[in-house]
Amino acid sequence: MITLNINGKESRVDAEPDTPLLWVLRDTLQLTGTKFGCGMALCGACTVHMNGEPVRSCSTPVSAAAGKKIVSIEGVGRSRVGKAVQHAWQRLDVVQCGYCQSGQIMSAVALLENNRKPTDADIDGAMGGNVCRCATYVRIRAAIHEAAKSLA
Amino acid sequence: MTTTRIENASRRRFLQEAAGLTLAIYLPSATAAGAGKQMAKTANFAPNAFLRIAEDNTVTVIAKHLEMGQGVYTGLATIVAEELDADWSQVRVESAPADAKRYNNLSWGPMQGTGGSSAIANSWEQLRRAGASARAMLVAAAAQQWNTPAAEIVVANGMVMHKASGRKASFGQLARVAAEQPMPADVKLKDPKDFQLIGKHAPRKDSTDKTTGRAVFTQDIHLPGMLTAVVAHPPRFGAEVKSFNATKAKAIKGVVDVVQIPSGVAVLAKDTWSAKKGRDALIVEWDESAAFKLGSDQILEKYRELAKSPGNVASRAGDVDKALSTVARTLEASYDFPYLAHAAMEPLNCVVRLGKDGCEIWNGDQMQTVDQMALAKLFGLTPEQVRINTLYAGGSFGRRASKNADYIVEAAHIAKAIDGRAPVKLVWLREDDMRGGYYRPMFHHRLWAGLDDQGRLVGWRHRLVGQSILAGSPFAAGIKDGIDGTSVEGATNLPYAIPDMQVELHTPTDIGVPVHWWRSVGSTHTAFSTECFVDELAQVAGKDPVAWRLTMLEKHPRHAAVLKLAAEKAGWNTPLPAGKPGERRGRGVAVHESFKSYVAQVAEVTVKGDGSYRVDRVVCAVDCGIAINPDVIRAQVEGSIGFALSAAMYGAITLTEGKVDQSNFHDYQPVRIADMPRIEVHIVPSAANPTGIGEPVVPPLAPALANALAAATGKRVRKLPINTDELKA
Repeated sequence: MITLNINGKESRVDAEPDTPLLWVLRDTLQLTGTKFGCGMALCGACTVHMNGEPVRSCSTPVSAAAGKKIVSIEGVGRSRVGKAVQHAWQRLDVVQCGYCQSGQIMSAVALLENNRKPTDADIDGAMGGNVCRCATYVRIRAAIHEAAKSLA
Repeated sequence: MTTTRIENASRRRFLQEAAGLTLAIYLPSATAAGAGKQMAKTANFAPNAFLRIAEDNTVTVIAKHLEMGQGVYTGLATIVAEELDADWSQVRVESAPADAKRYNNLSWGPMQGTGGSSAIANSWEQLRRAGASARAMLVAAAAQQWNTPAAEIVVANGMVMHKASGRKASFGQLARVAAEQPMPADVKLKDPKDFQLIGKHAPRKDSTDKTTGRAVFTQDIHLPGMLTAVVAHPPRFGAEVKSFNATKAKAIKGVVDVVQIPSGVAVLAKDTWSAKKGRDALIVEWDESAAFKLGSDQILEKYRELAKSPGNVASRAGDVDKALSTVARTLEASYDFPYLAHAAMEPLNCVVRLGKDGCEIWNGDQMQTVDQMALAKLFGLTPEQVRINTLYAGGSFGRRASKNADYIVEAAHIAKAIDGRAPVKLVWLREDDMRGGYYRPMFHHRLWAGLDDQGRLVGWRHRLVGQSILAGSPFAAGIKDGIDGTSVEGATNLPYAIPDMQVELHTPTDIGVPVHWWRSVGSTHTAFSTECFVDELAQVAGKDPVAWRLTMLEKHPRHAAVLKLAAEKAGWNTPLPAGKPGERRGRGVAVHESFKSYVAQVAEVTVKGDGSYRVDRVVCAVDCGIAINPDVIRAQVEGSIGFALSAAMYGAITLTEGKVDQSNFHDYQPVRIADMPRIEVHIVPSAANPTGIGEPVVPPLAPALANALAAATGKRVRKLPINTDELKA
């Protein structure tokens, strides 16, 4: 049994230590907001925060998450920055198919937690690992700037 | 001059013809009258198949089309809400069940499905009437309750009001009485000048759920006792299972069963990760006697050879042989296009549950009728016994509109193989999705054109070589005289006034790579070759690419209008600012119609000495008739440009000895945020009926980009994706 702290709640899960955190979240705990996209940390759809840092849960063994504070899309709205990012996303109607957007938002929140006034280059750096096949990137950029403004 | 030009036939027309169907007309729900009784219990007012008003004052619009990102839930709801005079905040959207009687795509006949950018176009009249008739019944209910003439009652923002008496009621308050009113025989639709929502800003209905992780995709479905299946597919198309050893797979914790199905061997487990591990441990021996074993280079050689001889004539005007033999100057060019995977963010998946008297699926379902029929056939059921729960799709780009329900049938075979003892969620991992076939077909084009002594374009021959999408599918009846219209659309309807033109097609039938429609279908390649070649001809003729096109578009005012608008907004007639030392800059244009929408784009690029480049800016003008939701249109323009840019810059599925070389996003690269240009969108004001926006913005991007690269470097792109080595200074 592995004890996980997810969105402020402790859960004990019976999982092989090499199981990616993604599948524990999705299949065991049914926190399905975190998405499976590639399984190789190439697309960012599975991004969650581990002790405040964005990580690709598809390539993070659950054993590495034990004892860490995990935040997923289901819990990110409880923080001021998380709420601001979700609101900006909604105001600008960023989403299209929406499948990658949990990961996009998690990466954007991590960026703004560390950098309240990101430049376009900062955004390119922080968001470069998140693929959106609908190519909502124009609005992702705009929404990050908008969230930054609302947090100022 | 005799003209025997074959009109471009769109995908929807083929679907319609293939099924031998006539256009259905709007009919109120057959069950609406009977539903009245039921409503008394639920206090719902459901005047027709497309909306329901509850006593809690919510208006639920029932969407017959799949929401895969294109914004269709929002668009359909806007049309209903407009004629209903609902308040946008009270409107919600729910997916329609599979029922081709009530929810057929009117452009396709009695078939339910989403594609060909037809959702809004076919729903426009139908949903306006649906909204207007419900409104009339709410007015009748108020008139009855207040004992006032219906003509004195007004409706606005979800409130029904009688000004003289000061009475007013919400839709919810009137729902019960409205349900008892007779269905109006006819309704008056609004004058467009009175539109309150259409053409204005109506925010997306799916934004909140998709930004909080609450939106439910197929991948998110968990049913009690459900097993997850991951399938070992053959490494080459056409191969089959010879034998397999499941001992090691079954030893993996969580693996429950291993079964052979027609398309491979499925490992069923309690969760996805165990199923994946089980599949990795599986030993399968494949029978490759019927497998396709050529590489894409060899396919291309065959195509180039075929292009040396005339193909089947797809369209003809005048006498192109004569024209090309007498002109002052002829030019020739050929273009190569690779296979492309759809690579939607949500890899393919489907949940199936078998019951005693039917089966039920959960899926981002794009072709409900095809899927119902396929499963009914497999299980010996009637189509009505196949229940489909249509969920959000995490993208599709055409892939989920499977011609033969391939992945859905696969899921069903797995459920059948375990005798339906548990619901099954089939999950294709990214590699399965990338290597699973059903690609945009590879194509080779060869074009010849003639210029007369005054530099006018007088002869045009366009020869295409590529697999048919419709062949071997339930839509094969759409192939007429050997021509699959989806192969030549965008080429046969070239808008330019060229007196002598001929389009020819070779359709190889010995290539075993499954092909499929991919966002904007034939225009993904025809717009490129035609618009690049026209651009090159303009240059040779010494003409301005925009002005020259316009001289040939007199009979196509909508093409001309978007072209002029894009050029004007891009500042076409002012010089492009120079780049930094060592950088070359260029501007290029393209215009194309697909799915009855007209789009022009001007792209600006900066090319470095090593041939690497960035697209700085794209100015896009679009005419898609009445703009229902301008912001959704802008979003589709932005997204389509990014999607098309992925294909132009990076996209290629290649094969080596029949095996697909790519597997995931590292070797099949989509654009990322830093690749995106600045995008400016201009929507042409229009009173014409709305047409599509999901696909038509894709085709012009690659040719506009290639023409910009030619302007910057003097080098013409002949092969996609663009090879930066060829752009070196």
